[in-house]
Amino acid sequence: MTNSREFRSVICHLQFVILLAVRALIEIVRRCRFPADLMKNRVLWVLPLLIFLCSLSPAKDWKTVRFGVDASYAPFESKAPSGELVGFDIDLGNALCAKMGAKAVWVENDFDGMIPALQARKIDGILSSLAVTEKRKRQIDFTDILFATPTRMVAKTGSDLLPTPESLKGKSVGVEQGTVQETYAKTYWEPKGVNIVSYQNQDQVYADLRSGRLDAALQDEIQAEQGFLKSPQGQGFAFAGPEVVDDEILGKGAAIGLRKSDQDLKTVLNKALQEIHEDGTYQALEKKYFDFDVAPK
Amino acid sequence: MIDLIKQYWQSYLWGSPTHVSGLAMTLWLTVSCCTMGFALALPLSVARAAGPSWIRWPIWLFTFVFRGTPLYIQLLIVYSAIYGLEFVRNTPGFGAFFKDALNCTILAFTVNTCAYTTELLTGAVKATPRGEVEAARSLGLSGISLYLRIVLPSALRRALPAYSNEVILMLHATSLAFTATVPDILKVARDANAEYYLPFPAFGIAALLYACLSVTFISLFRKAEQKWLKHLSTT
Repeated sequence: MTNSREFRSVICHLQFVILLAVRALIEIVRRCRFPADLMKNRVLWVLPLLIFLCSLSPAKDWKTVRFGVDASYAPFESKAPSGELVGFDIDLGNALCAKMGAKAVWVENDFDGMIPALQARKIDGILSSLAVTEKRKRQIDFTDILFATPTRMVAKTGSDLLPTPESLKGKSVGVEQGTVQETYAKTYWEPKGVNIVSYQNQDQVYADLRSGRLDAALQDEIQAEQGFLKSPQGQGFAFAGPEVVDDEILGKGAAIGLRKSDQDLKTVLNKALQEIHEDGTYQALEKKYFDFDVAPK
Repeated sequence: MIDLIKQYWQSYLWGSPTHVSGLAMTLWLTVSCCTMGFALALPLSVARAAGPSWIRWPIWLFTFVFRGTPLYIQLLIVYSAIYGLEFVRNTPGFGAFFKDALNCTILAFTVNTCAYTTELLTGAVKATPRGEVEAARSLGLSGISLYLRIVLPSALRRALPAYSNEVILMLHATSLAFTATVPDILKVARDANAEYYLPFPAFGIAALLYACLSVTFISLFRKAEQKWLKHLSTT
């Protein structure tokens, strides 16, 4: 690892050499009177070789990694009263970067604009409870699974609603736009007469669940428990029915979303993830937020 | 991109009979809010221009408040804050009205455009040449018939170009509707973008639809101006 790094930095210095080479080339071209002379000049053959060597050097050494985050999803990512970003994802990202010897920079972004922001190179990774799904895999790459959390419905305490289209017929169910839960509800429930209402963010879903506009809300189970049910606002609400399981739409867990071209970043992040699992950092962070196991099985 | 259009063209235009969305929803919001806002603004503007002071000041306050705060905040207050109050929820008529997101959105937009239109028409009423009013009075017109036959027709003519601006601004302001979960054009664009991650086609189509609506409204107003402002044409 260190060897290859040193080798890379040597190659990076060649970029200085190539600047000199380009100057030399300009000089040679100016002095040659005929194109035929150009072909005889040996220096010209060295140049492509230099360029080739330089192209081997990595564009980036990942000294800083910019993570996109939508801070409306406690306990994974939210804002402390001081305005500071806090949560399991934030701690995980910082721990991973510490292992890589890099600095984590957090960029706030709306959830539905996250993948475009990644592709526009505004961020280098999405670390915002992003579930791994087949559809997303067509656009972006993922690291290994960070954590696996199920999807579950929330409704008023004592309501007999179940997460099935038969039970929810004619009822209003709120989801956050751009989430896998929205796709799930629109695919399986809406055609069967359930009124699915999409919101710009999860806080609005809970606000309307409290005000009574919604009969139920469908989201990540842990998010619902920590971010809503355990808070004073969640009084009088509870999980309704069992966990909703669906590998195809809801996915198998959440991971960091990366550009397909950044394979080097994927490798180092996966390695760091394995390291924090092995040295107990992951387990310590897990304990800080949850009283159960969220590690992928 | 072809897939995106294939899957979403219907949502962009009218959705489905049970779930109206996209262009149809935006058009409905614009037309209903502008019609109701205008109907309310007409008496308010006359009262503000010529009424006694105990009627003028409340109307001034109304336009001041609704022109002085962002429409986005007004929408949030009508949609979230009002329905959050317990007595509103428990009053049968109110509760049912404010529970529906579309009602809240139309109410907020109507009140907002009404405030702007009132101010605009007030200016036009006040700008009526004194001579016209004097001539009408000398012919024995007074009160309601003076306003219906002389002042309002000429004031509305004067206000027409400015009012067309207000309608276009209202059309563009409807893109806030998704804040209250109403599925307008922009909401469909966000959906398409969230599924395909192609922001250019997704939002480009939305921009194109808004532009088409704008052009339609502008040409309608041009027709109206040609008809009612014929005396001002230079040709």
